[in-house]
Amino acid sequence: MLTAHPGLPEFDYIKPTTLPEASQFLAEHAGEARPFLGGTDTFVRLRDGAWKDKYLVDVKHLDGMQTLAFDPAAGLTVGAAVNMNRVIAAPEVQAHYPLLAEAAHTVASYQLRTRATLVGNACNASPAGDTVGAGLVLNAELLIFGVDGGRRAPLATFFRGPGKTTLRPGDIVTAIHYPLPPAGHAGRYLKLGRNALGDLAIVGVTALGYRDPAAPSGYRFRLALASVAPMPLRPVQAEALLSDQPLSEAGLQAAAEAAAAAATPIDDVRGGAEYRRLMVRNLTRQALRDVWQRLG
Amino acid sequence: MAMHRITFTLNGARERVEVPSNQTLLQLLRERLALTGTKNGCTAGECGACTVLWNGEPVNSCLVLAVECDGTEVVTVEGLAHDRQLDPVQTALLEAGGVQCGFCTPGVLLSARALLDRNPRPSDYEIRDALTGNLCRCTGYLRIIEAVKAAARAAEPA
Ligand SMILES: Cc1cc2nc3c(=O)[nH]c(=O)nc-3n(C[C@H](O)[C@H](O)[C@H](O)COP(=O)(O)OP(=O)(O)OC[C@H]3O[C@@H](n4cnc5c(N)ncnc54)[C@H](O)[C@@H]3O)c2cc1C
Ligand code: FES
Ligand code: FES
Repeated sequence: MLTAHPGLPEFDYIKPTTLPEASQFLAEHAGEARPFLGGTDTFVRLRDGAWKDKYLVDVKHLDGMQTLAFDPAAGLTVGAAVNMNRVIAAPEVQAHYPLLAEAAHTVASYQLRTRATLVGNACNASPAGDTVGAGLVLNAELLIFGVDGGRRAPLATFFRGPGKTTLRPGDIVTAIHYPLPPAGHAGRYLKLGRNALGDLAIVGVTALGYRDPAAPSGYRFRLALASVAPMPLRPVQAEALLSDQPLSEAGLQAAAEAAAAAATPIDDVRGGAEYRRLMVRNLTRQALRDVWQRLG
Repeated sequence: MAMHRITFTLNGARERVEVPSNQTLLQLLRERLALTGTKNGCTAGECGACTVLWNGEPVNSCLVLAVECDGTEVVTVEGLAHDRQLDPVQTALLEAGGVQCGFCTPGVLLSARALLDRNPRPSDYEIRDALTGNLCRCTGYLRIIEAVKAAARAAEPA
């Protein structure tokens, strides 16, 4: 919602010096304090009056938060505070995780991506999060520091509903980790917005494919859908069709239909439910074609 | 509400101010430091009229807290010209007729400056992409895009 009034409601800005201190503060003030990174979701929700936190805890400077590290054996770890422009421009990301760069590049605008983060995108738990699908098909994990110490949480089981995650009071996500993608993989993110660049997704389809001699079709695909269900979604039946039967144009069409059937979209100002379902089918087919063609 | 003493570099000069927790960089610039070149269009990250350079990178100043600017460097449109010489993107925008009401202009200039700093010879697509976050209700964008191309050409060695 746009408002003519520039002011944010009152809150205290807190800048702890260590992770344990930050975590303890957040746990002690459960329900009235929240961590923030770029604030691009947080400030907008505060301004709208949807959120009423008394404390905003800045966690960008804490240990490891600004690190982007690639290890050829382990994969890519992106610190929570690394902004999306940095992710997109990183040579390691362009070489090994082009799908992640492609998805992040569809988020809003360059100046917004100076603030927006991958971890903020995940923690916000919007079904429209553009980088979440790449995280799902790449089997990403979140690194979390909590009152009981550190743990890792697969992105696949992180979401509980719109805006809801498995995070508990005192939890701080410190990084998102992407294991090494399958060798020779190809990926695609197709986003339908009201205009070519910069809008939130009406529908978003992420596809990743790779050759696998053990699969009956010789290929495996992973798919993720954005903005068409209360949570980001993996249409597993569609994925199974693609690995179980020889790949063909008709097979891609059947998988696209299965993806559309898995979607449970709503009507809103950006698009009707039926339109969204049809667009899931069309974008899934298009994304699969692109990926299949590149796998050769 | 908590107050914070911050020091930052603004258009090359050092600023020391005390700011409340909830003050945005946009408010600090316009309402406290009287630098009204930076515009307030939407206060929601949508329009780009509030774009400034923050440690060299364009950012929506309506989505940055003033307190977060402690120890950082901010450049606003007032800081683009040097030694009474307009920045080449300013000259190019004037010459191309890429300014009508001027409300989007400061943000456009800073986005364009940052684009040319990171990519001195951008393609048409790269220019459009870099200016996605700067909405203009007057010009229809074509003259703005022409201006950015002209500024890039002007910077090339003859
Ligand atoms: C104009 C505009 C356009 C946008 N366009 C898009 C778009 O095209 N696509 C898209 O996907 N999104 C879009 N967004 C939404 C937003 O920019 C993204 O979701 C962004 O990735 C959020 O990152 P952030 O760092 O700014 O998050 P923040 O606002 O800092 O945080 C988001 C949420 O995560 C929680 N959180 C933050 N850090 C942590 C942490 N370390 N540990 C635990 N919880 C944490 C916060 O408490 C909050 O609930 C847009 C937003 C705006 C304002
Ligand atoms: S005022 Fe900041 S983007 Fe519109
Ligand atoms: S010149 Fe009027 S908004 Fe761009």
